[in-house]
Amino acid sequence: MADSSGAGQSPLAQFEIKPLYELELGGYDISFTNSALFMLIAFLLITFFLLLSTRRRETVPGRWQVMAELSYEFIASLIRDTIGAEGRKYFPFVFTTFMFILVGNLLGMTPYSFTFTSHIVVTFALAGLIFVGVTIIAIAKHRLHFFSFFLPPGTPWIMAPLLVPIEVISYLSRPISLSVRLFANMLAGHTLLKVIAGFVGLLGVAGILPLALVTALTGLEILIAFLQAYVFAILTCLYINDALHLH
Amino acid sequence: MDIEAAKLIGAGLAVIGMIGSGIGIGNVFSSFILAVGRNPAARGEVFTMTMLGFALVEAIALFALVIALLILFG
Repeated sequence: MADSSGAGQSPLAQFEIKPLYELELGGYDISFTNSALFMLIAFLLITFFLLLSTRRRETVPGRWQVMAELSYEFIASLIRDTIGAEGRKYFPFVFTTFMFILVGNLLGMTPYSFTFTSHIVVTFALAGLIFVGVTIIAIAKHRLHFFSFFLPPGTPWIMAPLLVPIEVISYLSRPISLSVRLFANMLAGHTLLKVIAGFVGLLGVAGILPLALVTALTGLEILIAFLQAYVFAILTCLYINDALHLH
Repeated sequence: MDIEAAKLIGAGLAVIGMIGSGIGIGNVFSSFILAVGRNPAARGEVFTMTMLGFALVEAIALFALVIALLILFG
């Protein structure tokens, strides 16, 4: 790209959504964008990884099958520990969410790529879906008793009018915190990388220092990619547990 | 006051909120180190909770950063 050689590009330009193939339906712009492309790549990567590595179903698994089984067992044990036996029916959802976010975060670490999880609209769609789904599960299971969730057991009656609104607000803030945590981590990480990388060219020979920092930060960002996907998954499991068991 | 100047001052003030997160992360990992120091066998279990705690505390820092960026670029 000829225009990225100067000091003019903002470090936030990497998050721009560009349509790759223009499409329109009833006045709505449904172009195939770079964000959609990377979501498609993530989906294909996960699907082919899981399908092809478990193709032969060896009893003593080879390396690829071990990786597929490890990722399965990781989420399965997470669900078992947080929700218990009745969580098994939520395994496909939690596994899909975890793998999608993980591969999305990691794809963003490759050069010249696009991190689709760095957009609040994507993370809020995921978190909002989880919040609505978990609330529906809770109301479907407990009917009106669901509202006892907002009054923790053992609180004196005098404190209830103060505590219940606080509990309601903290419940309603769950999708916001869930989505903003992932979005802000990805945004901040990638912006920081871009800003420090910008110094490498400007300092000449002393550019080795920002280069070392960028290398260390890239390692940190890969760790953050795993960690944020894990935190999203474990919080989803905890919310499902709250819905099923009303603490 | 010039709007650009006000934006810069606002963004600078907003990131002061990250101080809390710095203290929080220090707390989380200090507890982890102390726990492992007292009972090295508990390392695996405690590590999982440590990572969860770290990510939750870091989220607060990033909320502050998001507000700062909103002020600066919004």
